[in-house]
Amino acid sequence: MPISILMPALSPTMTEGTVSKWHKKEGDSVESGDVLAEIETDKATMEIEAIDEGTLGKILIGDGTADVAVNTPIGLILEEGEDASALDAAPAAPAPASTPAAATAPAPAATLAPAQAAAPVVSTSGDRVIASPLAKRMAEIEGLDLGQISGSGPNGRIVKADVEKALSGGVTPKATASAPAPVSVAPAPAAPLPADSFTEAPNNNVRRVIAQRLLEAKTTIPHFYMTVDCELDKLLDLRKDLNGRSPEGDGSYKISVNDFVIRAVALAMKKVPAANAAWSEEAIRLFNDVDVSIAVATPDGLITPIVRKADTKGLSEISNEMKDLAVRARDGKLAPEEFQGGGFTISNLGMFGVKEFAAIINPPQSAILAIGAGEQRPIVRANALALATVMSVTLSCDHRTVDGAVGAQFLQAFKGFVEDPLTMML
Amino acid sequence: MPAEMQKFEVIVIGGGPGGYVTAIRAAQLGMKACVVEREHLGGICLNWGCIPTKALLRTAEVYRNAKHAQEYGLEIKGLSFDLKKVVNRSRKVSKQLSSGVGHLLKKNKVTVIDGHAKLKGSATVSVEKDGKETLLSAPHIILATGARSRSLPGLEGDGKLIWTYKEAMVPDIMPKSLLVVGSGAIGIEFASFYRTLGAEVTVVEVLDCVLPVEDAEVSTFAEKSFKAQGMKIMTSATVKALKKGKNNVIATVEQGGKSTDITVDRVILAVGIVGNVEDLGLEGTKVEVDRTHVVIDDRCRTGEPGVYAIGDLAGPPWLAHKASHEGIYCIERVNGLKDAHPLNTSRIPGCTYCHPQVASVGLTEAAAKDAGHEVRVGRFPFMGNGKAIALGEAEGLVKTVFDAKTGELLGAHMIGTEVTELIQGYAVAMSLETTEVELMQTVFPHPTLSEMMHESVLDAYGRAVHF
Repeated sequence: MPISILMPALSPTMTEGTVSKWHKKEGDSVESGDVLAEIETDKATMEIEAIDEGTLGKILIGDGTADVAVNTPIGLILEEGEDASALDAAPAAPAPASTPAAATAPAPAATLAPAQAAAPVVSTSGDRVIASPLAKRMAEIEGLDLGQISGSGPNGRIVKADVEKALSGGVTPKATASAPAPVSVAPAPAAPLPADSFTEAPNNNVRRVIAQRLLEAKTTIPHFYMTVDCELDKLLDLRKDLNGRSPEGDGSYKISVNDFVIRAVALAMKKVPAANAAWSEEAIRLFNDVDVSIAVATPDGLITPIVRKADTKGLSEISNEMKDLAVRARDGKLAPEEFQGGGFTISNLGMFGVKEFAAIINPPQSAILAIGAGEQRPIVRANALALATVMSVTLSCDHRTVDGAVGAQFLQAFKGFVEDPLTMML
Repeated sequence: MPAEMQKFEVIVIGGGPGGYVTAIRAAQLGMKACVVEREHLGGICLNWGCIPTKALLRTAEVYRNAKHAQEYGLEIKGLSFDLKKVVNRSRKVSKQLSSGVGHLLKKNKVTVIDGHAKLKGSATVSVEKDGKETLLSAPHIILATGARSRSLPGLEGDGKLIWTYKEAMVPDIMPKSLLVVGSGAIGIEFASFYRTLGAEVTVVEVLDCVLPVEDAEVSTFAEKSFKAQGMKIMTSATVKALKKGKNNVIATVEQGGKSTDITVDRVILAVGIVGNVEDLGLEGTKVEVDRTHVVIDDRCRTGEPGVYAIGDLAGPPWLAHKASHEGIYCIERVNGLKDAHPLNTSRIPGCTYCHPQVASVGLTEAAAKDAGHEVRVGRFPFMGNGKAIALGEAEGLVKTVFDAKTGELLGAHMIGTEVTELIQGYAVAMSLETTEVELMQTVFPHPTLSEMMHESVLDAYGRAVHF
């Protein structure tokens, strides 16, 4: 029997993925460890490697096919001694979830990351859900979005028991069809746009996840904001001094202001652990580790790689790790565990000259720190005007977990480390 | 001196439809497996249950049809039967299949060990045969010892006048009169066989209807049909005493506060079963036994680590196909198979091979209502089906029960010729969780009995075409 290559589950929550690109053609010989194909998950592109040796007998699901359920066979490997006739015995290819959109969608924008550049942009009609007729009927009656639940049946098929579990587990149903529409407050429907007035850039998985998570955050989390100014001159001097001591070649480093910010945030989180928490209906969960997520802009959209246990890492270690994460984030090559989790997020737009801004919390975290540009500003010192390099930072907090005083204590601690950076070296 | 220890990855105790199937599945999964069987491969099902009774009932069916030959335009003269040959045919069928199981196990490289097995300490099984002991060890031990017929005080088989299923299957004489105690599947199948071959049959049932697990409409239908065939049915009745004579038995039956004595040649006891939990070495282990059945969790694990139980031994429904499925699930879970799916006991079909046959899956109408469902019920009579009329078998009913809200097929209940071969269609539908829509959209071939399955669904939604 040929060996099936299955759509892998690259993260605990992954239910489907996109076959972006096959690296092997039908008939190519395959060694254990060879890269077979690239799979795009909700946030990253991963390579799948061959475990078995043989010949790639058949590609069941071609390049650019989206919404392929986990554990669906995507290809078949013929073992040594098997010929193509063995393929007939193998399971037939399931109908592709959606055809590669290259044929129907406009060409991808030129900004795609290398990993995705080769793959056609996929259709985003993510409405194919594998579910039993009964499960679909029940979901329809209850107004439940089957896309929100995972299936326990064969090949991840959603069955009655999954729907029952979701309903009893308090998944918020969509408004049911029978619910009266709030007619009086409904805005007039927007006039349909003429078809030639826009070009569609189909949503990729990253874009869909951003839309879903941030909408959820901004609509369900009670945000509040507080801003503080931090003087940077001492930190800049120290940075210059430290970078001047970097050796050539191995062990070299170039610490950025952002690296100092990561370290200062980590130390402030340790000092004020209440800011390193997540809300749940039963309890506030205080994280044991200080894991700092850093927002990185990629051609596909925002992603937040994590510097784990940042409080235990020195500046050069943070700096080198961050550089590596950022490069791979832009290339779409992060492993799921490198961007899933984290207790607190930093979003830095200082390099664009933004003075200050308020960021949206990255759920399930409870706070995010928005970093503005360091710029020379007049300040009052000892009853006289003076010049200083000042950076405004704005903390967004989830009031369910972090009260105003706790947020303020965090900012105070952060400001203390930044303005007296030698304390960060302890 | 202790015997040499043979090592396996899994030991299955009992070679019935639960045990041997589990061992084959274990071997398919690459495990070194053995089956310990003390009597005959295939267990009760193959040797003293499902299969040999089907052979007997086939004889009854052919005989019945031959008696009705004139209705089909045939002339058969001098029709009679030779009981010895009837029984021999049944035994031959069992033997053929039992040796077939042996071949299957051999083909799958499962070791078969002859003897009586007992747990002995952790991960060890002792097998005794003719006074000689063999020791086996394996990290996983699956108990699949099955069950036997239940005796009630005063109602014990004697192997001569008062039979259990075992004697009833190999009769030495054709009793002129017969009392069947219990009207479950086993009792009713024997009643049907003996009645067809000419015995005066009385069935006594303690509950208020025959085939009490079936839907009430099917039970009532069956009772009427049995009575029309000349069976005497006493429901809400109990056998108080059996007094054995030389070649007959006087049974005291109480019904409605009135006591009646019935004299019969033979009695068949079919009042349920008990699990074979004795002499298995369970004492001193953490295996828990509740009313002759081993207590298991949702993965067939007993309280003792590494010891599992499946099939009749582990509780109802007492059906071969339940045992096989449970065993497969158990061993797949042991191997960590992700696709392993627990048995959904509400979707196990049950069949009774009396005339007319009875088959069902899922909830009865009453059980569905008790469970809080608002139901939609469809019915279609055999009378409305062309194939049934052509067969000369226009007696029967196909009933379906749907959840009115979701369209879930909650149950299907059939009585009539060949319904035991039809019920799987509804079982597949339930397993795939179809609603009424997919069933309505399915094309059923014409002319078949299966068209009634379609019509019954249509009827539940007021759309039956042919009735």
